[in-house]
Formats: sequence, structure tokens, C-alpha cells
Amino acid sequence: MMTKPILEIKHLGKEYKLRGNSEPYKSLRDSLVNSLSNFKRKKNDSFWALKDVNFDIQEGDSIGIIGKNGAGKSTLLKILSKITYPTVGEIIARGRVASLLEVGTGFHPELSGRENVYLNGSILGLTKKEIDRQFDAIVDFSGVERFLDTSLKHYSSGMQLRLAFSVAAHLEPEILVIDEVLAVGDTAFQQKCIKKMTEVSRSGRTIIFVSHNLNAVRSLCERSILLEKGQVKCVSDTNTVIDLYVKSGLDTPQAIELDGITDRSGKGELRFERIRFSRPYFDVNEEIEFDLDLKNQTDSEFQEVDIAVAIMSAEDQTLIHVCNKFIGKEFDHRDQSYRFSIFHSLKPGTYKMVLFFRTGADIQDWVNEGVQFRVERSEQNYKSNSQGILEPKFKVEQINRTSA
Amino acid sequence: MKDRTEYRISPPSKTTLGLAELLRYKELFYFFTWRDIKVKYKQSILGLAWAILQPLLLMVIFTVFFGMFLGVGEKVGSIPYSLFNYSGLMFWGIFASGLNNAGNSMVSNSNIIKKIYFPRMIIPMSAILVAVFDFLMAFGVFLVLTIAMSSYQGFSVNWPMIFLLSPVCVLLSIIATLGLGCLIASLNVKYRDFRYLIPFLIQVLFFLAPVIYPEDVVTDPLLKKVIALSPMYAPISLKNMMFDIPVDLTCIVISLCSSFFFLIFGVYYFRKTEAYFADIA
Repeated sequence: MMTKPILEIKHLGKEYKLRGNSEPYKSLRDSLVNSLSNFKRKKNDSFWALKDVNFDIQEGDSIGIIGKNGAGKSTLLKILSKITYPTVGEIIARGRVASLLEVGTGFHPELSGRENVYLNGSILGLTKKEIDRQFDAIVDFSGVERFLDTSLKHYSSGMQLRLAFSVAAHLEPEILVIDEVLAVGDTAFQQKCIKKMTEVSRSGRTIIFVSHNLNAVRSLCERSILLEKGQVKCVSDTNTVIDLYVKSGLDTPQAIELDGITDRSGKGELRFERIRFSRPYFDVNEEIEFDLDLKNQTDSEFQEVDIAVAIMSAEDQTLIHVCNKFIGKEFDHRDQSYRFSIFHSLKPGTYKMVLFFRTGADIQDWVNEGVQFRVERSEQNYKSNSQGILEPKFKVEQINRTSA
Repeated sequence: MKDRTEYRISPPSKTTLGLAELLRYKELFYFFTWRDIKVKYKQSILGLAWAILQPLLLMVIFTVFFGMFLGVGEKVGSIPYSLFNYSGLMFWGIFASGLNNAGNSMVSNSNIIKKIYFPRMIIPMSAILVAVFDFLMAFGVFLVLTIAMSSYQGFSVNWPMIFLLSPVCVLLSIIATLGLGCLIASLNVKYRDFRYLIPFLIQVLFFLAPVIYPEDVVTDPLLKKVIALSPMYAPISLKNMMFDIPVDLTCIVISLCSSFFFLIFGVYYFRKTEAYFADIA
């Protein structure tokens, strides 16, 4: 006899009403005014974040859910976690679901580390007995033994995160739902998390994992689901799904309009208008290619254009800094665009880009926030937990020892 | 896999009380209450003393202004006015701080509501329990005051009645607070104006319940029944029986009816709207 799936999702749909003026909550006054002037406001805007989603999950599976922003991943997780309800359809669950949409939910800065472990554990659905039993293991994993009786507000953010993740890692539900939580913390910590999660999934637990980090999905999940515009595009083994996802992204180069960015300084006669990446993300082995369009606010022509681009790590370290002058390129600007190709050794991840340019001695524009891009690894049989901050490119061969 | 409970997540259909589920989450209930009490007293110099000082100071203020200047009198029945208003204030405290805590609780815990599922009712309920904890402190002081005043002024105290009625009055205060608390907590999620309404509402109800005046001050029988519509009228009035002060049973019944009406309506409204708290909180 076939065992019943641990999770059945049937015709699931979630509709959000769009209110005209975007405030999620209203004031009583607005409601009163609106009910009086109802004729004025006959907007019937709604939006289906999920539409007719169907799939089953078998016990012990680990399933990745991938999709672009707004594809409905978070909504699906919220419904699975019972935080919000579906508008139509249903989910049948045959086991305890614990969800980890964030690490450290309910952490209180005034309470000590020890107290927060109990509070957070209990919010995540552990009983006091279970916490008692696992307490030492949790503290061990977090590495904050010495500060257990200190208020959480004196912890560094890294320590808080480690403690929070340790509690979460010791949940023992039949079904574990995890959001992008692994995307926080430094690389070493992320790897520790992924390793722990892999252990959890090997122990027979069912895991549902959402991430933008395709490598994490690949190392954790055998099967994946691709969501697109609230619907299931494909359910298959992870590599197939990721390939499809990557391909579906290829025909849409990423253009970022820079007009809306206000965190910038400079004279502004000539400004960055948009940046167009040649691909939605870059493979570790390909160069980062993008075009910069400039917007001339005046009628004049500019001499000696000097464009600099910096690629920053999440910790705001400048990893790569390039400039046309470095390689002896001199430009006078009329209405051209500029194409950069940057060879790199970046590891998979998300990087911030800072754009800067001068004409002569005038700083014209300096965009500090709002531009980012991702580096992914598409090679499937590459196994690494390389600790360095750069992507290694190397060879090893066995050679015969030459006799002297 | 047979022994596992199967459950469904589907669009909310009927509104139930959800008591069984609340029971399963009793530990979380305990932890929320414990957190709120701990956090409340952790950062103040006087700490727990606040729970005692607050009603004591109020007692002094009301005794001076109402007892002496406005001529309510030195005695209510056989007991001093100060003890009379203190005994009212300690039950009133459950309602006043309970309603205030509960009314704001859903909004102040919205970060948790948006990330984790648990029966939402736990939050206003534990907010009210914090107020009950404060009451226990104040009740200790009440016992001391009663002993001291009775031996000094020589009135007799009906101790069995005190220990019999106090739990009843606490329970009635909790019921009165829970109904309105749930109602306002869920309205507050949807309409943030309620935040400003809560202190005002508490103030109005304070004067409607005979906390600082003996109930026979109101002579008009109809007005008296209107005042009794306040859910807190019952426990405040009932506690007078501890001191053999006559009470009006009709009014108490009216107040009880009103209290249960708000309890049912408040809890129903809360349960009906809680499904969407995470979407709008």
C-alpha cells in the first residue's frame, strides 16, 4: 500500500485585496468616511499571490521552493505555517509543522540568553521538557556559554544570531519549513547552518526550504518546485528545476533604473540613468558585464569622463574597484553608453555595486545604494566548502616524482 | 505515521472557541506571561514595589481629595474611606492595566504574529494575567492594611467573607477585562485609532464603577441601573459584602449580564478576525 503523502496541497489560492492608498491598516475615520462615500470608491482590485497550487510531499523529502521575487514563495510558506489562511483550497498535513520564517522570533533584549532560549523555543513550539533536555546541546552549538546570564542587549548581533539559530536547529518536528534564514551571517556560519540542515534532512525529517541561494537549495534538496506568478511552473529534481529557472531568467536582462535612487551625491549635471546587466545573475566562471547609460541634464559636452565602479561585500568591504583611467581609457562624453566587463573571483552570493563618476575635477554622481547583482554557480558536480572569501580557481594533478 | 494527527489548513469557515487548542499551548501562555512580568519589573529601580506603591498612592490621593475635601465622609459603612477605596482600586487595577495591556498587545507583538502560528488569544490573555500578578501584590498590602486599621480603629473584620469573595471578584474582573480586551485588541489591529481611545475608555468606566464612591451616592434608581451596565460594576460592588456594606443585587445581575455579553461578543469578534491579523498587523 502506498503511504499517504505527509503534505497534500490542493487547489491552494490566496487573494489579497489591494486598497487604493496602500495602507494595510486603516484608521477608523477613513472607514467611516469611506462608508459614507461608497459610491466614490468602487475599486475592486485584487491580486492572487497564489493560484491553484497543487503538489504532494512525501515523508522524508526535502523540497526546495524557488522563484523570482513576488512569485508567491513567502505566501506559500505563510500558509503552510498557518500564519495566514488560504482564500481557496486546502492543505492536509500529517505531522507537526514547525516553521522558521526568521531566526530569533520573540527574542527580548531585556532577558538573558538562557531566558531567551526558553522563550524562543517555546514560541517555536518546543515544550519546556524538550528545551530542558536539549538545553546543553543548544548552548554548545551556539558557543555563547559564557554569556548565558547576560542580557541579550549586550550580545553582538553575531552572537544573537548564533543563539537564535541554535534553538531553531534543535526543533524536532516532522515537517520543517525554512525561509531565507540561512542568508544571514557570515559565510562560515552559513555553512555551519547548511551542514546542520543537511543532518536534519538525513535524519528523515521532511524539509521545505525557500531560498534565492541556488547552491544552498542544490545541496539541501533533492526535489524542487518552481513558482512563477503564483503558480507551479515545474516540480522535478532540483537540477532540472534550477536549470529551467536559470533559463527562464536568461531572456530578461536586468536593468535597474537609477532615477529613483535618492542616496547619491555629486553635482548632477550628468547622472547615471540606468545600469543594464547582461544577465540576471552571473556564473562564477563568467565575467560581469553591464552597460551604464548616462543622462545629460545640460546641453554641454563633457570632457575627461572618469567612471569608477566598486563591488562591495555584504560587510561593505570593497572587493573590486575598476575605473576607465586605470587602463588608460580616456573618454569625452556626448551621448554614449559605457560597457564594462569585469573578470572576477567572486563566490556565489549577492554583491552591492557603488557607481561613481567625475568629469574633470567635478564629482558628478555617486550612487551608494540600490544596485546589486548575484553570482551563482551552475556547475553541478562542484563540491566545495571553501572557506576563503574568494572563489578558488585551481587545478590539482597527480604527478610522478622525478628522481633527482 | 498512523498515530499522527491529520489536520487541514483551509479558508476559515466557522468560528469556534478553540479551547482545546489553547490548552495545548498552555506552556507558551505561561512563557508569555512570565516574559511580560519579568520585563516589566526588570528595568525599574523600585521593581516589584511599583505594584504595591501604585494603588497605595492612589488611595492617599482619593482619601485626601474625596474623603476630606469633597466630603464623601470618613467612613463607608463601618470601615474607613481609605480602606474602602483601596479595596476597590486593587480590583480596578486588574481591569485598568489589564485592558490597557491587552488592547495594545496584538500590535506590540505583531513581529511574532507575523512569523509564528499559535492561538492568538494567548496574547491578550497573558497581558491580563500580568495585571492579575500585580493584584496579588496589592492584595497582600490590603491584608496588612485591614489588620492594621481594624485593630487601630476597632471595627470587626469578616475574614471568611474576605477570602471567599476575593477570588470571585478577581474572576469577575478577569471576565470583564477579557471580553473588552479581546474586542479592543482586534479592533486595534485594524484601526490604529483605538490606541488613543483606550485610556479615555478606562477613565470613563472608572467613574461608572463605584470604586471611589459608595454606590448609594447615586439615588436615582434608573441612573443606577444604567451605571450598572459597566462590566466592572459587579466585582467592585460585590466586594463591599466583605465589609457588610449593603449591595444592590439587581444591579450586580445587570452588570454580570453586560460582562458576559462583552465576553462572548469580544471573544467571538477576536476569533472571527484573528485569521487576518498577520496580513494587516
